[in-house]
Amino acid sequence: MTTQQTIRKFILENFYVSDPSEVADDTLLVSTGLVDSTGMLEVIAFLEEEFDIRIADHETTPENLESVERMAAFVARKQQGGLGATG
Amino acid sequence: MFTRDVLKIDAPLVAERIEASIREQVLGTLRRRGAVVGMSGGIDSSVVASSCVRALGPDRVLGLLMPERDSSGDALRLGRMLASHLGIRHVVEDIAPALEGLGCYARQLEAIRMAVPEYGEGWRCKLTLPSILESDRLNITSLTVSDPQGNQRTVRMPPAAYLQMVAATNFKQRSRKMMEYYHADRLNYAVAGTPNRLEYDQGFFVKQGDGAADFKPIAHLYKTQVYALAEHLGVPEEIRRRPPTTDTFSLAQTQEEFYFALPYREMDLCLWAHEHATPAAEVAPVLGLAPEQVERVYRDIEAKRRVSRYLHQAPLLVEVPRG
Repeated sequence: MTTQQTIRKFILENFYVSDPSEVADDTLLVSTGLVDSTGMLEVIAFLEEEFDIRIADHETTPENLESVERMAAFVARKQQGGLGATG
Repeated sequence: MFTRDVLKIDAPLVAERIEASIREQVLGTLRRRGAVVGMSGGIDSSVVASSCVRALGPDRVLGLLMPERDSSGDALRLGRMLASHLGIRHVVEDIAPALEGLGCYARQLEAIRMAVPEYGEGWRCKLTLPSILESDRLNITSLTVSDPQGNQRTVRMPPAAYLQMVAATNFKQRSRKMMEYYHADRLNYAVAGTPNRLEYDQGFFVKQGDGAADFKPIAHLYKTQVYALAEHLGVPEEIRRRPPTTDTFSLAQTQEEFYFALPYREMDLCLWAHEHATPAAEVAPVLGLAPEQVERVYRDIEAKRRVSRYLHQAPLLVEVPRG
């Protein structure tokens, strides 16, 4: 399973979606109300554990975490060590 | 044209309308003989208590002061001062023993130790949000702890720890409400709710805790307007000058670091502007902010409204088709 698929599976299993086909990989999860701030805490904990990364506070931005594809790209950058000292 | 004056009110007229509503709602609609007001020493409960006294008379208002272990000493002193100023009866109910019995403090401690294992005697804590003015970070609450020497640090909590911390802390607001209803029931009074518009709109309350009440006489007023009304009603100056606080955690905490994106004056104006579809570019220079920062506050307002839908939601029933 790819990173994107793993993240998508977690989102669909943990947050109620009446029709999974309505959640695309570029769907904005927070602005659409699918994931709230408590949910995002769960998402961050999942990403850290599943992909063995540490997410710094300043990285908890919509640009990194607002959609499945952004999260997958963020995880890839972290795993490649492309985010400097905190990456 | 957007200016800071959009929140100006005709205080005597607003006061008169609120008092007429309280009389009609408490005595007529609710068929109760008076009102119970939980008084925290803050501006909102002071305005509600003052309005109830003007509407119903001092003999029909009971003030409740409900300190607990983490309350500031100021809260009790200012509550007593207001009761004396208004000439109303007041009862001090120390809710700390009830909270001990419920395991509030022990459950909080257990939650904190999931993130900070060394937390113990002499340490203090609070929950905080990142400043959305400084960056576009998501609204993720952190735990700030201070050791006995005063060294502070902020950590992200595991989800289970965060949820337990909030759940345990909510015992405070719910215990206070239970006590308010005890006194309301024994006197055949109604319970006054004290949220202002900012709190009501943005969900800054505990469901079945401070969110529960029989009437909410200032929920239509921005906090800036509550201060204007307080001045008109003659609320003691020390209460009017006191900065708003949550008075919930052992470390001192402002409302903006716990919940709101900005201090209340700016938050009020942003909420007004957002409700009136005012472009961020028009609001920004008035508040001394960048348009992008105002856009972030607008997004934050919407996010909090989504979360607060659950808090406002009445119990759901099964709809059975007729016939």
